[in-house]
Amino acid sequence: MSILARIKSFFGMEAKPDKNASQEEVEKVAEEKAKPRIGYIHLSGCTGDGMSLTENYDILAPLLTEMVDIVYGQTLVDLWEMPEMDIALVEGSVCLQDEHSLHELKEVREKAGLVVAFGSCAATGCFTRYSRGGQQAQPNHESFVPIADLVKVDLAIPGCPPSPEIIAKTVVAVLNDDMDYLQPMMDMAGYTEACGCDLQLKVVNQALCIGCGTCAMACQTRAVSMTNGRPEINSDRCIKCGVCYVQCPRSWWPADRINQDLGL
Amino acid sequence: MVLGTYKEVVAARSTDKQIQKIAQDGGIVSGLFCYALDEKLIDGAVVAGPTDVMWKPEPMVAMSSDEILAAAGTKYTFSPNVWMLKKAVRQYGLEKVGTVAIPCQSMGIRKMQSYPFGVRFLADKIALMLGIFCMENFPYESLRTFISEKAGVDFDLVEKMDIGKGKFWIQTADELLSIPLKETHGYEQSGCKVCLDYVAELADVSTGSVGTPDGWSTVFVRTDAGDTIFKQAVEAGVIETKPMDDVKPGLGLLEKLATDKKTKAMKVIDERKAMGLPVPFKGSGEKEDPLANV
Repeated sequence: MSILARIKSFFGMEAKPDKNASQEEVEKVAEEKAKPRIGYIHLSGCTGDGMSLTENYDILAPLLTEMVDIVYGQTLVDLWEMPEMDIALVEGSVCLQDEHSLHELKEVREKAGLVVAFGSCAATGCFTRYSRGGQQAQPNHESFVPIADLVKVDLAIPGCPPSPEIIAKTVVAVLNDDMDYLQPMMDMAGYTEACGCDLQLKVVNQALCIGCGTCAMACQTRAVSMTNGRPEINSDRCIKCGVCYVQCPRSWWPADRINQDLGL
Repeated sequence: MVLGTYKEVVAARSTDKQIQKIAQDGGIVSGLFCYALDEKLIDGAVVAGPTDVMWKPEPMVAMSSDEILAAAGTKYTFSPNVWMLKKAVRQYGLEKVGTVAIPCQSMGIRKMQSYPFGVRFLADKIALMLGIFCMENFPYESLRTFISEKAGVDFDLVEKMDIGKGKFWIQTADELLSIPLKETHGYEQSGCKVCLDYVAELADVSTGSVGTPDGWSTVFVRTDAGDTIFKQAVEAGVIETKPMDDVKPGLGLLEKLATDKKTKAMKVIDERKAMGLPVPFKGSGEKEDPLANV
């Protein structure tokens, strides 16, 4: 079995049996293509997103050695000058008082084909939205914004951190040119002002909530609970990552992909 | 395809006398979960369990047949079972989780499995999702209001509730009361009005009373996982089945009700779009099958 097929079977992403022939073709093309050059740019984030990437233990080694080339990244590649990249994964929000970060982000946009806001700090600002400055080692660093505020972002992968599975699924989709799978992430590039209160504003207030509890299950800081069948936000715990609203079945609905994944 | 994609549809019931006595209809959910627990096909199941307040369920992780049976029967109000799935995996340490889900809950779970943005190592641990047919769901206060005001029964005296033959049935220790279903309209939560799924189209196995005689359930076997477990349970004699063609009222009624629900929902979806209100589903002009759950 090819590496791609192994990864896909690991994540239950096999095609339906009747589509096997064309699927094999796609895999062949993917394997013959030049390996995508990936850069990892670390702005104001906690490194949790990168750690989640490495939690794909079963597939990480073949992924890094045989499927992609990591061409740029602090601690990953011994290179000062930013090279041309096919995909740049940007972790962390960008600090407006940090000249170096601003410069690096602009350079990423020039050098990378696809800029991915990787994790909620880059996508929505997440936890860094609460910064008011006055801390060591840089008391003047107080304004942190999602990277889409400054440069055009092609894909956003929210999550604090994004799960190992969504990272692997996204990599497989990129390698397969599976734009249908990536479409929601393209749409989310514009979702930069996230908050647990989106559940109230965009779901409950809009007569769409059905009390299923998916938001409360998804919340990574346990800021969402369910009271009388509706989400209740503990704003002291909410980190504005956007995951609750992103996972809500009433925010967007990927029907075709779900039927495909279930073999229905 | 108003009934979704399925491999097989049968009339079925649990053969266990105790389950037959306490179950809502054919005891399919209780019977399958008890069997799956006994055979270690699942380590536990998230179900709508009882609380101190009558008819106000809360999600619970059932780890034994006794706990499954304690949660048997339909409650016509919210139990956010999806919420409990994470606890089942993280706090109870379950590797193979079963869950019972109404259609909207199955949609939340399936979306999480296809796009697990912030949900780590949970998607592949859902071993068995049993879906139940659902026309609508009621806030607890709605339920209490129409039962105490329209049927004139103290909520605490109610022993069983049921929907069937156009009526909402209320069973107490000594009488059986009913309210015409149309009098419950307006009490349902409004999120249900855009729902395009009546028969839990995305569950592994889905079931409900409509289509089969009292004491039996209609069962759709949908996914490979559902097919394997259902066949095993039938073979083991835990579930008995009859061909759908042999029972009354049969699939025709299900098709009618599914079409009614979807047609009404599409009207609301189109109206919402015309008003500029958000809705996650396509308008009737945007899809091939105007009643598909997309």
